[in-house]
Amino acid sequence: MHELSIAMSIVDAAVEEAQRRGVQVSAVHLRLGALAGVVKDALLFCYEVACQGTPLEGSRLIVEDVPVIVFCAPCQKERVLQSVQLFQCPECGTPTMDVRHGKELEVYALEVQEDAVQESEVRE
Amino acid sequence: MSEPRLVEVRRNVLKQNDVIARSLREQFRAAGVFVVSLVSSPGSGKTTFLEKTLTQLQPRYRVAALVGDLATENDAVRLARSKAPVKQITTGTLCHLEAAMVQNALQDWDLHQLDFLFIENVGNLVCPSSYDLGENLRLVLMSVTEGEDKPLKYPTIFNSADVAIVTKNELASAVEFDWETARTSIQAVRPGMQIFRLSAKTGEGMEEYLNFLSQQLVEQRAVAQVLSPSVRQVQ
Repeated sequence: MHELSIAMSIVDAAVEEAQRRGVQVSAVHLRLGALAGVVKDALLFCYEVACQGTPLEGSRLIVEDVPVIVFCAPCQKERVLQSVQLFQCPECGTPTMDVRHGKELEVYALEVQEDAVQESEVRE
Repeated sequence: MSEPRLVEVRRNVLKQNDVIARSLREQFRAAGVFVVSLVSSPGSGKTTFLEKTLTQLQPRYRVAALVGDLATENDAVRLARSKAPVKQITTGTLCHLEAAMVQNALQDWDLHQLDFLFIENVGNLVCPSSYDLGENLRLVLMSVTEGEDKPLKYPTIFNSADVAIVTKNELASAVEFDWETARTSIQAVRPGMQIFRLSAKTGEGMEEYLNFLSQQLVEQRAVAQVLSPSVRQVQ
């Protein structure tokens, strides 16, 4: 069970990004790969605990599952693995370890309250 | 008015660990030490296997080990019988090693004095898969008593490893271990994975595996010698 320490890292990263932008966060969007080694339900449970006493208290964690996408050399195409128990092209059956996606553990966006944003601090 | 808005940030959550792991890998390469990490479930025979590995490599190589455990220094005491330098990393409640712990543990060791460094992770088939320790080779161990479908139950850790070691082979017939099923399971989650089937207790199969390690060290040093430092970084 390392989801609590992962949740704390997520909160740290989000707090830092929010403070740099001077925004209030209502939700954190996370991309979670099927090969990241993190259990989603445990992470959601731990997130609430990790937020306590931080500026993120009361915010939500929204997890986008990222499937494993491999590259199949014979097909010359990226393919979505149907199961992490079988690393082979779902079309032609060729075994492959050329993993293109699925290891993501990334805070990719923050949902912020617009009225908390100072125009001068918006750099995007 | 309060309108929610999405701000893209794109931050790798384990970036801090990855940065330290990269720096460790560069240190290992510069020192010419080949680093092997071991992961497995508790009780698969990691410590016995590592003790034999250290003992048998020692006449030819300078070896050392770091051992991770939640509590106790028992494993370090067992491994110290090999006469190799051994240091215990006690993680407390943490179920895995992180790159920073390896970095701290290595502070007072001169890596240039080593050929092989082994890092025994905490017995756990889930959490260690997320953390890069800067190692050159990750071994995943499974004993014949654990069931042939272990790789299918823990695909992520097998997928993250480079080589599989099937241990306690002296018990294979007693537990009716089905080698072909085990091999198929490993290849399903990690196509092309090299597998060594051995018994640390009887010594069966150890030589082939130790020769493989020696070969890895030779290859790593050849690569390090041929490439200039600037090219090595992108390797």
